[in-house]
Amino acid sequence: MANLTINGTAQTVDLPDEVPLLWALRDGLNMTGTKFGCGVAACGACTVQIDGEAVRSCQVALGDVWGEVTTIEGIGTPDDLAALQKAWVENQVAQCGYCQSGQIMQAAALLAQTPMPTDEEIDVAMAGNLCRCGTYPRIRAAIHDAAQKMQEA
Amino acid sequence: MSRIGTIARRTFLISSVAVAGGVAFGVYAARKPAPNPLSPEDGEVALNPYVMIDGDGVTVIVPKAEMGQGVQTTWATMVAEELDISPADLRVEHGPPGKAYYNRGMGAQMLPMPEYKVSGWAETIGEQMTVMGKFLDMQVTGGSTSTVDGYEKMRHAGASARETLKEAAAQRLGIARSKLTTEEGAVVAPDGTRLNYTELALAAAEIKPISAELRPRSAWRFLGKSQPRKDQLPKATGTAEFSIDVRQQGMKFAALKRNPWQGGAMNGFDPAAALAMPGVERVVDLGDGVAVVANNSWSAMQGAEAVECDWADGPSPATTEALYDAMETAMTGDANSTLLDRGDVSALPDGTVEIRADYRVPYLAHAQMEPLSGTAVFHGDRMEIWSGNQLPVHCRDIAAKEAGLDKDAVTMHTTLMGGGFGRRGYVDFTQYAARLAVQMKGTPVQLLWSREEDMTHDYYRPGAIASFRGAVKDGRAVVLDGQISGQSATASLMQILLGMTPPGPDKILVEGAFDQPYAIPNARLRGYVSKEGPPVGPWRSVGASVNGFIFDSFMDEMAHAAGVDPLAFRLDMMRDEDPRSAAVLEAVRDACEWRGETPDGIGRGVGFCYSFGTPVAEVIEVHQTDDGIKIAKAWIAADPGIAIDPENVKAQLFGGLAYGLSAAVHQQITFDGGAAEQLNFYDFDAMRMNTMPEIVDIRIVESGHRVSGIGEPGTPPAAAALANALFNLTGVRARKLPLAEQFDFVV
Repeated sequence: MANLTINGTAQTVDLPDEVPLLWALRDGLNMTGTKFGCGVAACGACTVQIDGEAVRSCQVALGDVWGEVTTIEGIGTPDDLAALQKAWVENQVAQCGYCQSGQIMQAAALLAQTPMPTDEEIDVAMAGNLCRCGTYPRIRAAIHDAAQKMQEA
Repeated sequence: MSRIGTIARRTFLISSVAVAGGVAFGVYAARKPAPNPLSPEDGEVALNPYVMIDGDGVTVIVPKAEMGQGVQTTWATMVAEELDISPADLRVEHGPPGKAYYNRGMGAQMLPMPEYKVSGWAETIGEQMTVMGKFLDMQVTGGSTSTVDGYEKMRHAGASARETLKEAAAQRLGIARSKLTTEEGAVVAPDGTRLNYTELALAAAEIKPISAELRPRSAWRFLGKSQPRKDQLPKATGTAEFSIDVRQQGMKFAALKRNPWQGGAMNGFDPAAALAMPGVERVVDLGDGVAVVANNSWSAMQGAEAVECDWADGPSPATTEALYDAMETAMTGDANSTLLDRGDVSALPDGTVEIRADYRVPYLAHAQMEPLSGTAVFHGDRMEIWSGNQLPVHCRDIAAKEAGLDKDAVTMHTTLMGGGFGRRGYVDFTQYAARLAVQMKGTPVQLLWSREEDMTHDYYRPGAIASFRGAVKDGRAVVLDGQISGQSATASLMQILLGMTPPGPDKILVEGAFDQPYAIPNARLRGYVSKEGPPVGPWRSVGASVNGFIFDSFMDEMAHAAGVDPLAFRLDMMRDEDPRSAAVLEAVRDACEWRGETPDGIGRGVGFCYSFGTPVAEVIEVHQTDDGIKIAKAWIAADPGIAIDPENVKAQLFGGLAYGLSAAVHQQITFDGGAAEQLNFYDFDAMRMNTMPEIVDIRIVESGHRVSGIGEPGTPPAAAALANALFNLTGVRARKLPLAEQFDFVV
């Protein structure tokens, strides 16, 4: 049993403390936007933020969550997209789409720290997020796009 | 009442049927109607519905696996073009499994000849084979055929719906149909009166469907232009539902554990350690494996690791070397095929330079982003089951068999897929979910494969060896004599599709090699089937994924031996053989400003492969840096005949390139003790943001002669282009993959 703040809402998860946050979200709370890809922090599909920092939720035990959790469901919704999600849609980034929740959460953390990232900064920040469809060129374009629009806003 | 309309063109028939609150239109191309899979509520029989209109709007049924290729949007756009409605206003549903949704595009691929030569009688034969395919229940997504499959029939469905709705309006308004027009989902009368399709749907169901000529390309408003993909919004917001995201009330979470030596039996198991773990509820015997059921997936996977299983040895050779020995042995026996055989390959005129090269490529896992899963609930007399699959009819049937039910008692849902690449053209993940559910009557259960279980229980891209001999003279190849040996992906796939392996030459084993558009006067290509090994199957671009590398690398070697620029060498022998291919090679040459020489520290290579009806050429540029070799830039050119959605075509091409480069640089599956040795992305890596080359330019050449595939053809040239670039940079010729074993790449 654990008490968490997820996307600004207090939540109680009835699962053992050693269960990773990923599975607490997916199976305990039916928040399935966060994806399982590898279970060993090798693909980034499960990326969420804890206190604004991008983390692999498959590696954080429920009992060790140290702050407020933000997931893909928390940064915007289909009716109210975050600027980054809007850039994702406009750039037609997704193919199969399975990795994109993690990509977006990682990119959101990047832009929070580095509002106008260079290509090299994008490389460093995003290298841990695998995409088997190879959408990287459009992910890069969407990050640049969103950075520009957020700057103008 | 079901109504069958006129023959629209060749074998296309238009049909319509009344459904609750409206009308469904369909097109079918076979000799007689197949049973309707949509079971309209009024009990009437409809035929192969693709477009349904009711009071709420227009729905397009896309009975195709959406695994990233954008098929739902493309098919909806084909309907929209003729129906005069914005693609954005169409709803899309996958629909239930149905015999009527056979894949019309697969016929030509079954012909034992190069596809660039398919025309006339061959197309006719191909159509015959496709009709046969319908009766074999081939609702398949694969072979880069979806756009080919839908290109005419979805437009016919839209056109027929439009004209029939107009007729309904004509009768209501007392105005001749010819005086009416359509726009934005409505029929418009000369006086400006608008009747929405939704309000005409019921009346349209009473009218015999009217067919119409398809609009010429010059009149297209949506096709040929990039459309916003319908799946972008859900995929950017985490609301898209993949197989793993299925949730049912009271659902349990289970993890699968099977014999790491695939095909081996389970002698017994001890569940005690697993049952002692928190969250674990049950360990279920699945015959040749176990499922651990828990209240969350992680505990289930932990439990699966803890179950002690006694595995028997499997039937395949235990080690990688034994597998390659078997391929060597096969190559000393009789050839399975000689699909290319012209001139005299033993002829060596004066002045020729003879070269030989041997190649070896590894087994590969698909490693789609979403690990396999299936979810099912068994109610005793019926079953409901969900999975992300490319074969819904086969999946439903295997689930029915597991449950001992009639096919009609199984409701099969096909979800979005987190990548497929060929892996989801199998039924195993659906079958095990059904088998587990049968033992948990009344309780929905999701059976998940861990990444490790997924990677070690694949139908692998078969490894292969090849031995090539060639001769060049006066700047041209005069002899090419190739032998390729490997396991048959065809045999594996046909067992699943048809329950048998058809006799005859295995075209897939040698595709990408025997069928390349080069005018080489003396040429022979023989294929040898190695029968022993682990389960194998189609992997994005199938045989061409192997042979695109081998054949095109050898072309590069011959160019070098001939002392000719490698791009000019290919082009010279291609021009007369297949102008489409030549135009593609010229396009990539122009895009990258190919000059045939590069500065120190920079290498360039070209790769070409004709596959799935589409010639694709790629140029890769590599840079020597202090941190190793960087795959810096890439250019792509391709001719899919007609680019139905140009931006999506580009996405498929650079995605295909990335998939090919990932394998070329990093990937191999090796075996020891019968088990795959690679487990996860840390030892089966792929291109990432920092290692993906900049895609400088993608040029789409549209010869317009017909629509051809695009999901796979981007993959085969990638490995060859990279290996050829590495040769240009380093002088070292790569004849074995993966390349990271021989070259020091930036990581």
